[in-house]
Amino acid sequence: MITSWISTLGKFFIMLGRAFSKPESFKEYNKAFWRDLDHLGVDSLGIVTIISVFVGAVVTIQTAYNLNDPLIPDYYIAIATRESIILEFSPTIVSLILAGKVGSNIAGTLGSMRVTEQIDALEVMGVNPYSYLILPKIIALVFFNPILISLSMFLGIVGGYVAASFGVVAPQDFIQGLQIEFNSYYVVYALMKTVVFAFLIVSVSAYYGFFVKGGAIEVGINSTKAVVSSSVAIIVANYLLTQLLLV
Amino acid sequence: MIEVNNIKKSFGSTEVIKGISANFKPGETSLIIGSSGAGKTVFLKALVGLHNIDSGEIVYDDRQLGKMDEDERTALRTEMGMVFQGNALFDSLTIEENVSFALNMFSDMSEEEKRDRANFCLKRVNLNNVGHQFPAELSGGMQKRVAIARAISMNPKYLFCDEPNSGLDPKTAIVIDNLLQEITQEFNITTVINTHDMNSVIEIGDSIILIKDGLKAWQGTGDDILTTTNDDITDFVYSSELFKRIRRNT
Repeated sequence: MITSWISTLGKFFIMLGRAFSKPESFKEYNKAFWRDLDHLGVDSLGIVTIISVFVGAVVTIQTAYNLNDPLIPDYYIAIATRESIILEFSPTIVSLILAGKVGSNIAGTLGSMRVTEQIDALEVMGVNPYSYLILPKIIALVFFNPILISLSMFLGIVGGYVAASFGVVAPQDFIQGLQIEFNSYYVVYALMKTVVFAFLIVSVSAYYGFFVKGGAIEVGINSTKAVVSSSVAIIVANYLLTQLLLV
Repeated sequence: MIEVNNIKKSFGSTEVIKGISANFKPGETSLIIGSSGAGKTVFLKALVGLHNIDSGEIVYDDRQLGKMDEDERTALRTEMGMVFQGNALFDSLTIEENVSFALNMFSDMSEEEKRDRANFCLKRVNLNNVGHQFPAELSGGMQKRVAIARAISMNPKYLFCDEPNSGLDPKTAIVIDNLLQEITQEFNITTVINTHDMNSVIEIGDSIILIKDGLKAWQGTGDDILTTTNDDITDFVYSSELFKRIRRNT
């Protein structure tokens, strides 16, 4: 059991070492980067938008329901919504959702390439498959995840405002709450987390895809493992980063 | 010229290649034959460096594969082409992008020169007007020809084919065989083909090696097969009544 864990970790770091090596052609890697940015990042805009708007609205309604006390000013609802979305929902929960969407995509794609010998074909051509297939994905998601999460923060708060304007909180109170005691470091902290989460999603999922042995069934099994493992990695990293950056 | 000296390869406690030596010459189509599980694919993948061998040596024109560093290995691989059993075409790229993939990675050609080279390779395998299509839109035989076009795009000195006829009808299989032989002679390539297609063995085998249980059981030419008395090769080649009749009539 322990030797298996050490062996897995060793293989993981060797894979990363090979992924971060000099590209054979910057032009081709650049093409791969934009293709991955589109597949992994831009294609995730829809789901991030829908989830952020609705969760922002629900957080506002639930907070209002729980703070239904005449002694507590209404703008506290907006403060609570803002902090929940910026500190935890957007960086962590949206990253967990992306671990499902993007992680399974990466593991499935690389796994299929492995079982159909496309990775071997790259290697025989003299192309470093670790670098060509993994590095552009890491750079693409590390670059785009903070953009996605920033958008999620904005849309979550917009969703909260829309829900509030349906009679939950007066719009001017909600706007006032958003401005009170705003700590910009929370945004920095959240974006730092998203960079780490993006790296974990791609590297863990790539590992499970790259080392598939077998056929279509094993590709499916490894895609599931990729999602579970990257989600666990995000949760653990979330705790460690919060301890390091906030406490 | 590729020289293979007493190579061995094991997976865990299973010894798959138990010590094989062979020479593969330029301009010749060398065939590796043997029943399923004999070790043909492992042997071929060891030749191209996809499997690291446990002992022995593989020498490419005085360059020993096992002693090369990463850069030397990359340089050697730009001199190789390989046709995989399942073609291994990149699904997300068009046919033209597949064929020009290695050119884009390693050559200094202009875009126009690369396009011309890709079209030349596609025409050489008798494919026209398919450059914009994706692999999934082509038949198995056409995909195989694209795989050959991709393998020759960099003007390789060494060409390796793993079961190039698998899954093809007999007529298409002959077309592929003849194509591989023509390309080998035309460009003076050292070609090594894994096959268990007896038609290929008789038609295009300049040099043939039979692998049985991880060992070289027999070596000879296409003509030798018709006259040999070696039990391993006769059992393997003349396992069907058709080939037994051919042998009796020779």
